[in-house]
Amino acid sequence: MLIKDVFVQSNQKIAENTFLLKVNAEEYIPYVKPGQFFNIKVNNNSYPLLRRPFSISDVEGDSILFMYKVVGEGTRILANKVVGDQINILGPLGNQFSINESSNHVILIGGGIGIAPFPYLIKQLPNSVKYSVLFGVRTEKEVHSYGLKNILYSSDDGTVGIKGNTIELLDIHLKQIAEKDVKIFACGPNPMLKALQEYTNNKNIECEVSMESAMACGFGICQGCPIENKDNNYKLICKDGPVFNIRDIMI
Amino acid sequence: MSVDLSVNIGSLKLKNPILLASGTVGYGNEISEFVDLSKIGGIVTKSISLKPRKGNPPQRIVETSSGMLNAIGLANVGLELFIKEKIPFLKNLGSTLICNIAASSIEEYVECVDILDKEETIKAFEINVSCPNVKEGGLIFGNDVKAVAKITEKVRGKTSKPIIIKLSPNNSNIVDYAKIAKQEGADAVSAINTLVGTSFDIYSKKPKIKNITGGLSGPAIKPVALAKVLEISKEVDIPIIGIGGIMNWKDAVEFMIVGASAFQIGTANFINPKASMEILDGIKKYCQENTISKISDIIRTRKI
Ligand SMILES: Cc1cc2nc3c(=O)[nH]c(=O)nc-3n(C[C@H](O)[C@H](O)[C@H](O)COP(=O)(O)OP(=O)(O)OC[C@H]3O[C@@H](n4cnc5c(N)ncnc54)[C@H](O)[C@@H]3O)c2cc1C
Ligand SMILES: Cc1cc2nc3c(=O)[nH]c(=O)nc-3n(C[C@H](O)[C@H](O)[C@H](O)COP(=O)(O)O)c2cc1C
Ligand code: FES
Repeated sequence: MLIKDVFVQSNQKIAENTFLLKVNAEEYIPYVKPGQFFNIKVNNNSYPLLRRPFSISDVEGDSILFMYKVVGEGTRILANKVVGDQINILGPLGNQFSINESSNHVILIGGGIGIAPFPYLIKQLPNSVKYSVLFGVRTEKEVHSYGLKNILYSSDDGTVGIKGNTIELLDIHLKQIAEKDVKIFACGPNPMLKALQEYTNNKNIECEVSMESAMACGFGICQGCPIENKDNNYKLICKDGPVFNIRDIMI
Repeated sequence: MSVDLSVNIGSLKLKNPILLASGTVGYGNEISEFVDLSKIGGIVTKSISLKPRKGNPPQRIVETSSGMLNAIGLANVGLELFIKEKIPFLKNLGSTLICNIAASSIEEYVECVDILDKEETIKAFEINVSCPNVKEGGLIFGNDVKAVAKITEKVRGKTSKPIIIKLSPNNSNIVDYAKIAKQEGADAVSAINTLVGTSFDIYSKKPKIKNITGGLSGPAIKPVALAKVLEISKEVDIPIIGIGGIMNWKDAVEFMIVGASAFQIGTANFINPKASMEILDGIKKYCQENTISKISDIIRTRKI
């Protein structure tokens, strides 16, 4: 965990309301793992007061990239950053996706901006592992392919990929690849993850999910980000997660 | 120029007036990655209760204008685990440990203090009679002068360590509570705990936090906290620990001038975990630049 001011190197729009922010963060590079996040202060004022959590989307040389969607004041301020501006980042925080060579095929499922952590995850996958990306969007305008390959889309309005949700897409895809030894990594809105939980439980498929919660600190001191585990105890999303085995938590 | 930053809270001697507020630094381990806890005045633990408390269901926090609402619900590991697992870590930090206690009955406060009094590492008790986020206990006591009197009296009977009563701003006259605390033998009062607040989503028309109401903290409450410190300081002769919206050294100095002998940093830890170290540098510089040799000389120097 380190706190530092970092410089914006680029801040590019890659799809509707979706941006890719690149910052120079040399000191952090040896420590960052796929699935981890940073808590970012978007300005020096007391409004917005709190930091905003963002997944590590990619690492390129000495730079870390964040992929974000503009949803409110904090992300709007981020979207206005230009080259040379400073932001203050705290991290890396949380645990990571557990990548190993034990599964033949990895499926990455991203619902909307939930796709953010996968470019870096893909880079860390062993070469022997096959993977595919299932990207669920509302409409074609949200589509991009930054850092992704082997992408299949689903969209609510049918403008890209299948008309339907990512779980329907997953069902079709699993039949197509006819592979038993599969592991899923997923990130996206809670209703999607809940449906995925039911699906993977029924089919007994290994699955890890990255969860979200409102956060104040991001490193375990405020108790603001609980998630109930299967033993009815609270775990902290920021510290015990954000990545959980889908069997261990109540969504 | 060397500056004496030490302050006394009754019989409790602090190396400087900087304390980390209850519930904003857990039990010290995470924040110790950013702060040398042996350099600051002390750390106040998350409220401990006799039995572990799971806390409230999510969503527990939401940001508001220059502040935040929380309804954590006193989630804590409970007395037994606190003694077994948390105290040993805190002991090695070389920081003054103030143990904050929350309870659902007068008996529970007394039992907690009785058990914890034996722990040498604990240098003082802060009694939380003002948590707005639990049904029983907390604010129910904080809104009842007689209950606060009884708790203070009973706890006093169990320990000779300094007792700090943490007061609620959510009542009509905070001075009455400070008076009673003093009368029943408390060494100091801390003010303020969070203010009851709420926030609704205008589209779903639902409260943004599950508990509906929560406690407001952060820069938004600083003027209220300062006014409470001023009120108590005018009316009651008891050391006051100022809390509420302190983000930097200027805020801290302001509290001391108005009437606080020490202060606690809460929400600022979430945003800048190094805030307490920066405040330490800041108050030292302020003293040097203004040729103040003892920081205790600025306490209550307000000119009205
Ligand atoms: C571990 C983690 C990783 C994340 N990674 C990404 C990412 O890579 N890209 C991305 O675009 N978004 C990500 N998010 C969501 C992102 O943090 C929110 O979209 C962002 O905080 C919204 O801020 P705002 O000021 O624009 O929105 P506002 O709605 O104005 O924010 C108000 C408050 O609500 C909180 N909040 C709002 N939406 C969310 C949310 N979905 N999750 C958590 N807190 C929220 C904010 O942090 C803030 O405290 C992540 C969230 C978590 C917990
Ligand atoms: C997330 C959170 C949890 C808190 N938990 C406790 C607690 O357990 N016991 C207590 O006495 N005060 C608790 N407080 C109150 C703080 O100690 C402090 O009185 C208050 O936040 C005002 O100070 P601030 O504006 O600097 O945060 C909590 C505050 C926050 C924000
Ligand atoms: S965000 Fe503070 S404990 Fe998780």
